[in-house]
Amino acid sequence: MTQAKLNSSATGEEAELLAQLGKELRAKARAADLLDVSYRVIDSPIGSLLLASTPAGLVRVGFESEGHDKILELLSQKLSPRILKDSSRLDIVARQLDEYFAGSRRNFDVPLDLKLSTAFRRQVQLELGEIGYGQTWSYSQMAERIGNPKAVRAVGSACATNPIPIVLPCHRVLRTDGSLGGYLGGLETKTQLLKLENPDFGGAMRTLF
Amino acid sequence: MQIPFERIVQDYGLNVLRVCRALLDEHRAQDAWSETFLSALKAYPQLAEDANVSAWLVRIARNKAIDEVRKNKPEILDDHQQWEHADGQANLGIEADNLQLWQEVAKLPQKQRMVVGYRYLGGLSYAQIAQLVSGSEAAARRAGSDGIKNLRRILGDDSLWQEQS
Repeated sequence: MTQAKLNSSATGEEAELLAQLGKELRAKARAADLLDVSYRVIDSPIGSLLLASTPAGLVRVGFESEGHDKILELLSQKLSPRILKDSSRLDIVARQLDEYFAGSRRNFDVPLDLKLSTAFRRQVQLELGEIGYGQTWSYSQMAERIGNPKAVRAVGSACATNPIPIVLPCHRVLRTDGSLGGYLGGLETKTQLLKLENPDFGGAMRTLF
Repeated sequence: MQIPFERIVQDYGLNVLRVCRALLDEHRAQDAWSETFLSALKAYPQLAEDANVSAWLVRIARNKAIDEVRKNKPEILDDHQQWEHADGQANLGIEADNLQLWQEVAKLPQKQRMVVGYRYLGGLSYAQIAQLVSGSEAAARRAGSDGIKNLRRILGDDSLWQEQS
C-alpha cells in the first residue's frame, strides 16, 4: 500500500512525534465534536474484533472474516468519513467483551446506536437482547415475539444484518429444526459462542430428535 | 466514496509534519500540524472525491503557518491575496508530496529554510520575506538562492524550482 511506502522514510524521531501528535489530535477532535465514528480492534477467542462507536453508542462489531478495512469503508460511506482510531469511547465495551469471553459476564450494558438498521430490523435486533444467556430461540419464535408471526423471513434477514453481533446475541437464534441457520462470523463462530454459553450445546442439537 | 479519515492521517501525517517544520520553528510546527489535521477533519466530508489530498493538506498547513506569522507581524501580510495567488503556481501542486524535499528544506540553516519555505510554498515576495526574517531584501534573495543551491545539490536535481525573474 502507498501508506507503507510514504511513511517508510519517517525517522524514529518523526515516528515518535507523529504518534504523540496523533494522540492529541484524537482528543481535540473528540472535544470539538468532530469525531463521528471512533474505532478500535480487540483480540478475542474468535479472532480480532472491530469495535466502532458514534457519540450515541456502539454502532458496529465486526468479525475478522468480514475484513476490518472493508467495514470501515462502509461506515465512512453510510455514517461519516470523520473516522479515527480512538479507544476512549470503546473501553467499557472492550472490557465487557473480555469478561464475556472469560465466562464471567452474561449480558452487556453499553449504549447502542442502531442507525445502520431500518426501523423494522432495529425492532428485531433490540429484541435479541431479550434472549437469555445460553438460551436459543427459533426465527419463528422471534417473529411471534415482535408481534408479527408471519415475518419469519424478514426476522431472518434482520438477524443476518445485525450490525452489533455478540453484544446483541443473534447467535442465539436458530432454525425451528434446531439447525444453525446462518451467521455473519461463520457457523463455526456461532457454534463456539453457543458452546461458550452452554457447554452442553451440541451443535445442531441432534439430541432433540 | 471517501476513505476513513484515519487513513489520511496515516498516509499524510509525515508529509504535513515536514512542511510545517520547513515553515515554522519546532514548537509552532507541532501546533500547526494539529491545527491542520483538525481543520482538515472538519472540512473532509465536503472535499471532492477526486481532490489531490496532499496538495489540499499542504495548502491548509501553509495557511496555518501564515496565521502564525500574521499573529506576530500583522503588517506584513495585510495583502493575503499573495497566498491565494500561490495556489495557481505549479510548484505547490508538484512538490506538495515530495517528502524528501521537505525533509531537506527543514534541515537548511534557519534563514535559508524560512526564505525557501515562504517563497516557494507560500509565494511571498522577497520584500515581504525580508520583513519576516528581519533583514534586507537582497539578503533574503541571497539566502533563498543559497538554499535552493543546497537543495539542488542534495537532491541532485538542477531544475528544482526554477524561477523566471
